[in-house]
Amino acid sequence: MKIHIKNGRLIDPKNGIDAVQDIFIAKGKIVAIGAAPDEFQASRVIDAQSLVVCPGLVDLSVRLREPGLEYMATLESEMAAAVAGGVTSIACPPDTDPPLDEPGLVEMLKHRAKSLNQANVYPIGALTQGLKGERLTEMAELNDAGCVVFGQPDGLLPNLRVLMQAMLYASTFGFSVWLRPQEITLTGDGVAHDGEVATRLGLLTVPVCAETIAIGNIILLTKETGVRVHLCRISSAEGLAMIRSARQQGLPITCDVSINHLHLSDMDIGFFDSNCHLMPPLRSSSDRDALRHGLLDGTIGAICSDHAPVDEDAKLLPFGQSEVGATGVELLLPLTLKWGSEMRLPLLNVLSKITSDPARILGIDAGHLSLGSAADICIFDPDHYWKVTSSAILSQGKNTPFMGMEIPGGVKYTLVNGHIVYEH
Amino acid sequence: MINRNPQLDENGVLQHLLTTEGLPASVLLHILDTAESFVGVTERDVKKIPLLRGKSIFNLFFEPSTRTRTTFEIAAKRLSADVFNLNIAVSAQSKGETLLDTVNNLSAMNADMFVVRHAQSGAAHLIAKHVQPDIHVINAGDGSHAHPTQALLDMFTIRRYKSDFRNLRVAIIGDILHSRVARSQIHALTTLGVPEVRVIAPKTLLPKMVERLGVHVYHDMAKGLKDIDVLMMLRLQNERMKGANLPSPEEYFKYYGLTPEKLSLARRDAIVMHPGPMNRGVEIDSEVADGKQSVILPQVTFGIAVRMAVMSILAGNQV
Amino acid sequence: MQLPDAEKAFDNLAKKIQADAGRDFALVGIHTGGVWLAERLHQALGTKQPLGTLDVAFYRDDFDKIGLHSQVKPSEIPFAVEGAHILLVDDVLQTGRTIRAAINELFDYGRPASISFAALVDRGGRELPITPQYTGITLELPADKMLELKCGKNGKLSFHLYDKSMPE
Repeated sequence: MKIHIKNGRLIDPKNGIDAVQDIFIAKGKIVAIGAAPDEFQASRVIDAQSLVVCPGLVDLSVRLREPGLEYMATLESEMAAAVAGGVTSIACPPDTDPPLDEPGLVEMLKHRAKSLNQANVYPIGALTQGLKGERLTEMAELNDAGCVVFGQPDGLLPNLRVLMQAMLYASTFGFSVWLRPQEITLTGDGVAHDGEVATRLGLLTVPVCAETIAIGNIILLTKETGVRVHLCRISSAEGLAMIRSARQQGLPITCDVSINHLHLSDMDIGFFDSNCHLMPPLRSSSDRDALRHGLLDGTIGAICSDHAPVDEDAKLLPFGQSEVGATGVELLLPLTLKWGSEMRLPLLNVLSKITSDPARILGIDAGHLSLGSAADICIFDPDHYWKVTSSAILSQGKNTPFMGMEIPGGVKYTLVNGHIVYEH
Repeated sequence: MINRNPQLDENGVLQHLLTTEGLPASVLLHILDTAESFVGVTERDVKKIPLLRGKSIFNLFFEPSTRTRTTFEIAAKRLSADVFNLNIAVSAQSKGETLLDTVNNLSAMNADMFVVRHAQSGAAHLIAKHVQPDIHVINAGDGSHAHPTQALLDMFTIRRYKSDFRNLRVAIIGDILHSRVARSQIHALTTLGVPEVRVIAPKTLLPKMVERLGVHVYHDMAKGLKDIDVLMMLRLQNERMKGANLPSPEEYFKYYGLTPEKLSLARRDAIVMHPGPMNRGVEIDSEVADGKQSVILPQVTFGIAVRMAVMSILAGNQV
Repeated sequence: MQLPDAEKAFDNLAKKIQADAGRDFALVGIHTGGVWLAERLHQALGTKQPLGTLDVAFYRDDFDKIGLHSQVKPSEIPFAVEGAHILLVDDVLQTGRTIRAAINELFDYGRPASISFAALVDRGGRELPITPQYTGITLELPADKMLELKCGKNGKLSFHLYDKSMPE
């Protein structure tokens, strides 16, 4: 299939391009930008007049809930949601049931995902068996099966000795280690930021130091082991400052922020809105503001959706008993655009946070529109505003703190490997 | 997104009593004034009035508390309502039925009012948000969040003994961190115009940024009790007495237990309150609990009248 | 419309009750107007028993419709109701429902020997079998009008008429 995308505003952060240019696709790859190659006969012409044509988005955290948690969501529903959101590459955390700690499970997931022929799936391998933080997984084998990085996703950091060994082992093979920094002994049953809102509502808390202490430990272990580390879902200004200074020392540490923490604070919990039950917890508005600026100076490398579809009943519980998480993969582009326009940033810089930058962190060849690369493309209308409703969201998870809000950025087409996988 | 106060309808009329926070002083005073009339009723030969005849009130206690449940039951019965006690801690929830399943099932039995006690903060809000609009919800204590009827009966008691809220100094003493009573008291006191509310506790029993609720923080009883008109003691839960919050009940009593000596640091006409049940010799000395300045027993009596007032005001506020 | 003089109506009512002397009533006023009248009667008749007051809000039959919006005042019956001869006093008698509520409330204090009823105005429109023993004046008024007794700062009583749709 040969595709000609014409009249679009082409934005390719990696190559520094922001111009109205046509793009030509053949055999799944980008074959020309600007003028058509000789004898190019398009079987499909997409008129992208007044639309933005950019690399397909790379989302560093999308829970597909397979295997094991299909009552929350399925691969079919979530992959469809991803491409509807313009996302063409997704990293999925290993906290499935069972966790992604065996090559067979990873191969099955890759195979299932491939047969759906939608977004590219990059499983994050479990760092320890069963994510229990005791024994190392077969990282090299898992890498052969398709795991690109290894992690302990949800605050389940192993004890420091095991963590150090895991980091050393990963660095042996050049794998990077993804950790969500949260000291478990300071977390307990906490569900909210240790601030005025939790005090008013009488909610158990997760103090900021649960994050900073873990970050401090990880920074020291990074120095010790030399492994590349990615810190997932930073939530506090103090934690961010520690990462900034570690990076200034030249340590190979990157981090990301979720769309939720970029826009919300603990105030949004309002009267126990369980849609705001997230981990790490939504923190104060000054933490949020620091995160919004942390993206500008590059300390935070990427924005991710932290997509976590949850079944409806699990949210219809008292705040502390409700399931953690929010749907988000379809909101990644709109909420990133919203951040960008609120910060008055050029689109080129804004889109880098969800295309080329996360691709580099994940270590994959994606998130750009270079000649000869796979044609993973998102075409969207930056001026189209839409309302977040249950029916507007394809994900099986309908819970998000942004329900009912008007957000910018309507995806019109998504292409993966030169195939149109979504069309609106 | 911040929504309208879920206790009030669009006209500002009270539909549920979930917390004392965010309610206008006029609503609190209406409850206290109505309760004055019910005190008379409870002193009569026939301690019953026909106001809520035919109404069904369900006591939904997801956390066992015979004491609080009984006061609501007495209040409802004195109003001639039919009362149904459900001890859900041991029934439906253990069979996997969710909180809202339980509530929906009971709504189908034509309930008019739910009195809810739950170990999770926000449980009463959740129920209020999902019940049919003609059902009223009273929060009888949710987690560490709120216990509004207790706070209201405390306000009623203070008004009986001290008349004007606007020139009082009030101290709340003890486990503020875990106390739903303390939170509801603080909001009620500040709303009713008490100019100085203090909290006195060791740092391990205080929530972060508690001063944002409008209180002054003290860690020392001698300083904190100076010039105080009203002492509101809190119950210290057994599980907090020894462990990461406090080393021992003995040490707590020595530094924060209310003894006659410590009480003498407050104003001479200060009153002493306690929501009960008391740990004598832990947060309060028996000599104080049974002493002249104690109004702990009247609190219990007024508790019935205040709960009658809340029930009848809610039942009368139809949507 | 010319409203009658409330003070004259009161004098008339007091005279009628005095003429029927021989019984020592215990006076009970119904909040709010009835209490003013009962206080005046208590003085005028020289009643020995202390004065009782009732707020019938808790015994009304229209609670489901109107709720408990207005300020309820405590009922106080400072004498033994058991075996007492009670004279209930109210300002305006219309449907008779308030008196029904008051009688019910009194019985929750004890079993009186008798209850009589004095109304300053009987404006007709009865919905229950209630007849006052003593009436100040009788008056015909359209059903959509509300007649209210007011007490001035000097203690002077007067009548006021409102449209029912817009009370006060």
